[in-house]
Amino acid sequence: MNAPAIELKGVTKSFGATEIIRGVDLAVQRGERHAVIGPNGAGKSTLFHLISARITVSAGDIRLNGESVVGLAPHQISRRGLSRSFQITNVFPRLSAFDNLRCSLLWRGGHGHSFWRRLAGLDSVNERASEVIEDIGLAARAAVPAGMLSYAEQRALEIGMTVAAGAEVILLDEPTAGMSRSETGAAIDLIRKLSDGRTLLMVEHDMDVVFGLADRISVLVRGAVIATGTPEEIRANPAVQEAYLGKAHA
Amino acid sequence: MHATTQSRHWIWIAVAAGMLLLPLGLGSDFALSVCTKIFIAIVFALSYNLLLGQGGMLSFGHAVYSGLGGYFAIHALAAIGAGSLSFPVTLLPLIGGLAGLAFGLLFGYVSTGRAGTPFAMISLGLGELVAASVLMLPAFFGGEAGVAANRVTGSGLFGIDYGSQREVYYLVAAWTLACAALMYWLTHTPFGRMANAVRDNAERVGFIGYSTHLLRYQVLVVSATFAGVAGGLAAINNEIVSVEAVGAHASGAVLLMVFIGGAGHFLGPVIGAVVVTLLQTVVSSYTHAWLFYFGLLFLVMVLFAPGGFASLLATLLPTLCSRRQLRLLAPGYLIGLGGLALLLLATVIGVEAGYHIAGHGMGATFRLFGRSFDSGALPALAVAAAALLGGILIWRYALDRTADARAVLGTQELMHGRPHAAGNAKAEHA
Repeated sequence: MNAPAIELKGVTKSFGATEIIRGVDLAVQRGERHAVIGPNGAGKSTLFHLISARITVSAGDIRLNGESVVGLAPHQISRRGLSRSFQITNVFPRLSAFDNLRCSLLWRGGHGHSFWRRLAGLDSVNERASEVIEDIGLAARAAVPAGMLSYAEQRALEIGMTVAAGAEVILLDEPTAGMSRSETGAAIDLIRKLSDGRTLLMVEHDMDVVFGLADRISVLVRGAVIATGTPEEIRANPAVQEAYLGKAHA
Repeated sequence: MHATTQSRHWIWIAVAAGMLLLPLGLGSDFALSVCTKIFIAIVFALSYNLLLGQGGMLSFGHAVYSGLGGYFAIHALAAIGAGSLSFPVTLLPLIGGLAGLAFGLLFGYVSTGRAGTPFAMISLGLGELVAASVLMLPAFFGGEAGVAANRVTGSGLFGIDYGSQREVYYLVAAWTLACAALMYWLTHTPFGRMANAVRDNAERVGFIGYSTHLLRYQVLVVSATFAGVAGGLAAINNEIVSVEAVGAHASGAVLLMVFIGGAGHFLGPVIGAVVVTLLQTVVSSYTHAWLFYFGLLFLVMVLFAPGGFASLLATLLPTLCSRRQLRLLAPGYLIGLGGLALLLLATVIGVEAGYHIAGHGMGATFRLFGRSFDSGALPALAVAAAALLGGILIWRYALDRTADARAVLGTQELMHGRPHAAGNAKAEHA
C-alpha cells in the first residue's frame, strides 16, 4: 500500500460567503514528519479541524490511508487511527492527569464501554499510562486534576493524550504554543520520541521547532498551499520568503 | 492499593451490618417506615447522580423513569395478587427496573443527543408529556386515584409475605445495598470514567474514539434502570402508585436531594436523600412550614456550600483526622456551631411566629417547643431577633478565630515542612 497517510484534494471550506480554505492539495507520506506553517489567520487550525472532522468540508476530498473520511464523525476517524491535539488545551479538567491518559487509551485498548471490569485491573492500560506520564514528565503530578495543572503541564498532557494510544497518524496543533525556551526544547525531544515511526502532521509557529523536526514543510497562506518541500527548499523558495519568512527573518 | 480496597470492603460490610441491626434500635413502625422511605430515596438519588454527577446531565424529569417503573411494578403486584402472574414479590423491583430500562431506551435516544440546556429542556418536556399521558390514559394509570395493590400475596421468597413493615424494611434495605454497590462499581469501570470524561469535556471525547451521544445514552439508560428499581420499591412500600410519582414535584425533589447532598461525591446523594426525606416525613409532621425550611436549606446550601454536605465533610475530614489541626481549629468550629444553632433557632421562631400571625392574627395564643405565649407571637419574635443578633455576632467571632487558627497552622507547616500532600499517585488510582 503506497497511499499517503493523509491526502487532501481540493479541500475547500467556506463560512457563509467567506472562503477560509481555498482548494488545498496536500499529501503526507507514511512515516513522514510534516509541518504546516503560515501567517496568523492562514487557516492552519481550520485545516486540522477539517481533517479531524471537528468541522465539515464544503468541497473536496480527505483521505486517510487511501480511504475517504469525508462525512465521518470525529470518533469514527479516531478509530481509523488518527489522533489529534488542540491548540487551546482541551483536557478533562476534573479527571486526574493519569485518568486523562487512561481515557485516551481505553478505546484502542479494546475496553470501549466495559462496565464489568475495574479500571484499576486493566494492566496494559495502567502500564501504558504510567509510561506516558513518565515520558511527559508528570509522574509526580499524576493524581492532580488536569484543570489544576500549570499551563505547560497541560500542554504536555495534551501531547501525551494525543500520542498515548499509539495512533498511526498524529496531528499536533501548535504543541509548543506559549511554552518557554527550555520547555519548548523538552517538548521537541518528546514529540520526536513519541512520534517515532508514525506519521506526524503539525502546525507550528516556532521556526526552530519546524526546521528541527519536520522532514517536509507546507506553507499555507490565505487558505491555499503556496509551497511544499524539504526545509532547505522552503528556505530557498522566494515566494515563501516574501509571504512568510521575510517577516520573521528580516 | 490493597489496603484501600480492603478498607472499602469493610465499609460496605459495616453498612450492611448497620442496615441489618437498625430495626432493633428503632422502636416504632413510623421510624421503620421513615427508614424505608430514606432507602428508596437513596436508590433514586444515586441513580440521578449517575446522570448529573457522573455524566454531567441536568435532568428535570427523572421521576418519569421511577414513576413508570412504579406503575409497571404495581400492575405486576396486582396481577400476582389476582393469581394471573406467578412472580415473587421479592423480585418485583426488577420489573420496575426493566420498565425504567425500556423507557430509558425510548426517551434517552432523543434526549441525549446534546447535553447542557437542550438536554435539560427535553427532560422537562418529557416529564410534562408523561405526566399528562398518565392522566389521559386512566385505563392503565388509574387517573387521579392511581393504581393500588396489596403486597401481601403470599408469594414472596422463603415464605416472607411482607405483611409487616419490618419485612418490607429488610427487602428495601437489601435492594438498596445491592443497587448502591452496583452503582459504586460502575464509577470504577472504564464506562464510568468515560461518563466523567463526557461530563468534563464532551468535544474531546470524540477525538479519543468515543461517540458522545452513545456514551450519554448509555449513562441515561443505566440511570433510568436504577430509577425504575427505586420506583418498584416505592410501589411495594406504598402499595399505590399515582400521578405524583411521575410528576415534576418528584423530579424536583430528587434534584434538590442531590444538590443538597453534593453531586461531586458518591456519598452526596445518600446524605441528601436522608436530609430531604427526614424533612418530608419527620419535620412535616411537626410543622406546616416544612416546605419553607426545605427551600431555605436549598438556598443556603447553594449560596454557601455549592458542593453540598459531602464537600463540606470532605473539607472538614482532614481537620478531624489530624490531632494538631483539631486542637487549633476545634474551638472556633465549636463556637461557630453554637452560632449556627442560635441562627437556626431564630429562623425557626421567626418562621413559626410569622406563619402563626398570617394564619391567626396578632393576638391569638402561640405555641412553640411546648411553651405558649398567651399574648400572641410578638414576644416570640423579639426572642427571635435577639437570637439572630447573638447568632450573627458569635458566627463572626468564630470566623475570625478560625482564620487566626488557620494562619497559625500555615506558619507551622512552613516552618516544619508541609506533610506530603500529593501522596503516592499509584495509591490514589487503586
